[in-house]
Order: sequence, then C-alpha cells, then structure tokens
Amino acid sequence: MPAWYATLGIVGLAVVTAVTRGFFLFSERELELPAWAVQGLRYAPIAALVAVISPEIVLTDGALIATWQDARVYAVLAATAYFFWRRGILGTIVTGTAVLLALKIGLGW
Amino acid sequence: MSLIQNPEFRRGFTDTVAPSLGIAAWGLVTGVAMVKSGLSLTVAALMTLLVYAGSAQLAALPLIVAGAPLWVLWATAFCVNLRFVIYSAHWRRYFGHLPRAERLLLGYLAVDLSYVLFARRFPVAEPQPEQLPYFWGAAAWNWASWQGASLLGVLIADYVPTEWNLGFAGVLALLGLTYSLLSDKKSWIAAGVAAFVAVAAFALPLKLNIVTAIVAGVAAGLLLDRSFRDAAPERV
Repeated sequence: MPAWYATLGIVGLAVVTAVTRGFFLFSERELELPAWAVQGLRYAPIAALVAVISPEIVLTDGALIATWQDARVYAVLAATAYFFWRRGILGTIVTGTAVLLALKIGLGW
Repeated sequence: MSLIQNPEFRRGFTDTVAPSLGIAAWGLVTGVAMVKSGLSLTVAALMTLLVYAGSAQLAALPLIVAGAPLWVLWATAFCVNLRFVIYSAHWRRYFGHLPRAERLLLGYLAVDLSYVLFARRFPVAEPQPEQLPYFWGAAAWNWASWQGASLLGVLIADYVPTEWNLGFAGVLALLGLTYSLLSDKKSWIAAGVAAFVAVAAFALPLKLNIVTAIVAGVAAGLLLDRSFRDAAPERV
C-alpha cells in the first residue's frame, strides 16, 4: 500500500465524514421538511441507538446466538438489571463489562 | 462568561463522561484494529484524527489494505455513515440559523453519542441559547476521550487482547442510553421495530441494515402517533 494511496484515501474519508454529518446543514436555503418528517425525527435517536447495538448483542457472524456460553448474554442481562435498579450509565457499563470479562477470562466464553 | 464556566457546557460535558467510557473502549479497539490490519502508526494516527468515525474506519480498513479503488473506499464509508444524514436533518432544526461554516463544523463533530444526548436534553427541536454551550461541552469531551483512547490503541496495539471483546463496553454504554430514552409505549415499540429490522436486515451490505432500521423505527413511531392521537405528540 503506497503512502500516497493511504493518505489520499484517509483525506477522502474525512471529507465523507464531513459530508454525511453536514448533509442537510450545507444549503443556505431554508430546509422545508414536511410536518410528518419533523415529527418522525423524534424517534430517530432511539431508533439509531437500537439499530447500532442490537446486531452486536444478538448476532455472531451474522447468525443469532445459538449457545448459552456467550458472555455477551450475561453482560447485557447484568447491565440491564443494574440500569433499572440504579439508573446510572456508568454503573451499567462497569457491571456489564465486569461480567463480560469475568466470563471471558474465567470460563473462556 | 467564558464557555468553560457556562453551566450548560458543564452539563454537556458531565452527561458525556459516563457513556464516553464505553465509547473510549470502542475507540481503543478501533485504534488496535487499524494497526493490526497493517496501517503504519502515522497513517493510523492520521486516520483517527481526521476521519473521526469508528464504524466507517473499520469498514474502510480491509479496503485500504487490499488497495481497493478510492471511489469504492469512499462510497463504502458514505453508506456506512448514512445514519448521519438523518441526524443532520435533525441538527438543521437546531442550528439552521447559524452561519454555514459553523453549521458544518458542528456537524463534523456531531457523533452518535452527542446526537442522542443533545436530542434527549432538547426534545423540542427549536433554537435555544443553551444549545451551543451544551453541544460544545458534549462534543469536546467526546472528541478528547475518543481520540485519546484511539491513539492509545494505536500505540499499544500489540498488548491489547482482542479476544476480550473490550469494544462491547461501547455497546453497553449505548444500551444504558437507550434505556434512558425509553419513555413511553410508543418509544418502546419504535425501538423494538428498529432492533428487529437491524437484525433481520443484517445481511444487507455496507451496514445498510442500520439506516433501514432507523427508517423503520421512525415509521413505526409515526404510525403510532397517527393511530393514538389522544396522547398528543410533543412538538419536535
């Protein structure tokens, strides 16, 4: 991989980041969204979050988890239990990660 | 009053600190992956500092290593980043009145975590003076923690055990954030639909399952809003 290729590729990727994140911010003209679209945006954050995480939680190489010996299952259960007990994000991460690492390192799951 | 002392800047900052721990774990793993796939330290550092989009970087890595045509590389990243196009329509409601250069800078810095936290903090999508300081507080800490962790990953790639799945801490962070957003039945159902579609459509190339799932979740929410008008939706 020549250095110029990687560098040019990366600069272009940075432009892609800027273009996608700024897509509807670029135009100087007022952006007239239909009322239903504006209303629908209210659901975009929650939909985006679950869209990103749910495959990471329930899939292994594109197939549903088929074994109970998967550390993610117990990490998610522990994290969920913590969240509804205390409502703290930090504790949710720490609890879930602790369970994950314990099962990964301790049992090789 | 300076930005740092602004209470909304601090609020954006502190709202970001806990979830950013998980996001930093993700950054660390991304840094490791860049080096392990064969990028030099300089190129990997350049990539994290400029591109600042973990999922697009991971999708781009095998293509760069294989020497794929540049347009393939860029088109891939564009598809993986499509969810940001949806976010940008939302950002426009808050930041449309600002000068273009400022809008684009804010957009460039607006990662998933900042978007979700911001929309939670300001559910009514209209400009308010508290929004810019909040945004900067959230964006500053997210940028610093992601970049710090990612550069650390680049430097210590050989010592991070990838079989531990440390990046899952990022999933757990977003999971907690998801729970904090589930306010009513309609948001539960919209989330359920999005989760189902993201999994069912996983076989789509270029992570297009993500943007498909967002559209499905939003559509489900809209249908519910239409069907149950008694619970009048808040204005966005």
